[in-house]
Amino acid sequence: MTELSNAPKPDGEALKDIYRRMLRIERNEDEILSTIRKGRLTMPYYSARGQEVIPATVSHFLNDEDQICTIYRGVQDMVAKDMPLKPLWAEIAGRVEGTCKGKGGGMHITHPETGVMVTTGIVGSSMPIANGLAWAAKLDGSDRVVVAYFGDGASNIGAFHEALNMASVWKLPVIFVCANNLFAEHTRYEDATSVDQISKRAIGYGMPGFTVDGNNPDDMYAHMAAAVERARSGEGPTLLECMTFRFRGHVLGDDDKYMTKEEKEAAMAADPLPALRQRLVDDGIATEEELASLQESLEQEVADARDFGLAGELPSEDELRRDVFAEEIPA
Amino acid sequence: MSEMEKMHAIQAINSALHQAMAEDDKVLVLGEDIADKEGGGVTGTTAGLSTKFGTDRVKSTPISEQAIMGAAIGAAMAGYKPVAEIMMMNFTTVAMDMIVNHAAKLRFMSGGQTNVPLVIRTMTGAGWQTAGQHSDFLEGWFAHTAGIKVVCPAFPADYKGLMLSAIQDPDPVIFVEGGGTFFIPNDVPSDQGPIPLGKANVVQEGTDLTIVTWSAQTVRAMMAAPAIAEAGISAEIIDLRTVSPWDKETVLASVEKTGRLLVAHEAVRNFGPGAEIAATVNEELFGKLKGPVRRLGGPTCAVPFAKNLETAFIVQPDDMVAAAKELMG
Repeated sequence: MTELSNAPKPDGEALKDIYRRMLRIERNEDEILSTIRKGRLTMPYYSARGQEVIPATVSHFLNDEDQICTIYRGVQDMVAKDMPLKPLWAEIAGRVEGTCKGKGGGMHITHPETGVMVTTGIVGSSMPIANGLAWAAKLDGSDRVVVAYFGDGASNIGAFHEALNMASVWKLPVIFVCANNLFAEHTRYEDATSVDQISKRAIGYGMPGFTVDGNNPDDMYAHMAAAVERARSGEGPTLLECMTFRFRGHVLGDDDKYMTKEEKEAAMAADPLPALRQRLVDDGIATEEELASLQESLEQEVADARDFGLAGELPSEDELRRDVFAEEIPA
Repeated sequence: MSEMEKMHAIQAINSALHQAMAEDDKVLVLGEDIADKEGGGVTGTTAGLSTKFGTDRVKSTPISEQAIMGAAIGAAMAGYKPVAEIMMMNFTTVAMDMIVNHAAKLRFMSGGQTNVPLVIRTMTGAGWQTAGQHSDFLEGWFAHTAGIKVVCPAFPADYKGLMLSAIQDPDPVIFVEGGGTFFIPNDVPSDQGPIPLGKANVVQEGTDLTIVTWSAQTVRAMMAAPAIAEAGISAEIIDLRTVSPWDKETVLASVEKTGRLLVAHEAVRNFGPGAEIAATVNEELFGKLKGPVRRLGGPTCAVPFAKNLETAFIVQPDDMVAAAKELMG
């Protein structure tokens, strides 16, 4: 991991905020999986269980004006950014009340009010578009920043290399956040990647790059604070390679045969979510009662969103002719 | 009467870009070599823009087609109107994910929450011995993609008017600059304003036969016109101008009148846009046709290098004359 000198540390409030976002992700995902198993949602689901520290800490530094471009394994990124859950659930249920009127689905959620600009199903494609949003921020004279989320596998596709080079040449306010969960779909990191650390690739593009413990809120906090500061002050992009582990395979139903039992068990034993909860209690940052109440309110929010989503109307077939172009295609 | 200015296509596009950037500060221009420091574009199409409007709005880019399109898409989603140059149409292949999966689809996939009002300017065409990777007309690929409009002008005034419309259009537009239309000066009104997308232009009226064509093939149709007339055939020549969405109304009205249709394009004939037009005419006017619809297009091969092969690849004016005679029986 890359050490930062004079690294800012999260205070109690920051840790509580990061924990709240992590728990919101986990409680929401748990309900999605349970609803899929009951047969009430039909969608491919790409779990990010175990990776929550990354978007929770990134989002702690972002405001509503700041924007994200994320990928198919991206529900946690929008939940961390406080996207309201009702339009999210209606979308994954394919209902017209969904944020995309049921025309995008879980792999392609957009919610501009909270800065969720693009969720792409194509590996690597979050990055070139993030550059354009960041160029617009610069032209606007705004200090907003854009986060491009992607995985370790995406660092091997051309879009990554083109986007990092252009962002660096144009000094764009983008933060490239790579969740390195050690597997590109089913392929081990080292079997498909030419360097031992993706952060080293930043050197080739003349931008700061760091390998961060993506399961450690302090480390994520310190690096994200520096990256946001760099972006807001016009110094350009940063690449953060955030080391983590995916507990539930590439896609729901995947049996993880490409992982060893030992590495998976070790990662799950070090689950960052209960670890941060314990720390909040041990350090006197939050009481058991406070955390129980937080959990209860998040579960209620998720249950309400689920009920709202599943009760929604199916989109009318007229939607096939709408939003193709600005002007509706005549029947 | 407005005054006329003699311009060729490249000057007309340049004039449109200058006008659009002066009228609307949301208009941006980006692409390889497009700023004045790099020569104002390899054909000079963007000359003068960076000097006049600054290098924040007129940006030369790395040779990175995916990154160019990504930058244009993101800026368009954030309220700008980028005109992205992909130097040659064959180079769009390198950026197809950005163009097809993102620029064309984001409005639909976001349920109308975002839109991508950008223009892709791209040059192409056989006749310059640039062979198989610098010459293809790929308008059919984009016309087959929902959510993107395809514009293929032939005349300088259309280049200017259609470019002004494309820039202000709320949807993505690919604007094809056909090499076979360059360097033929023509009158452009000094006050040339926007010409609506999706409207064909009847460049020659006639009663026996309808010829539908666009871009460089329109130029060749005009070259064929005197010989067709000499053969006693009254041909109506329609320059489609916009390939998608195409002006069915004008084409159907013309074929209803003439009863005969020849569709000619520079793109490869197999599965080309001519097939869509022919099929639509068959569906709509079956009983009114005096003969089968005829298509002319390139053979199913890459655009060849050798001059004689390249000449044979292109649908020449003589081929159009012969097809017109055949259609008349």
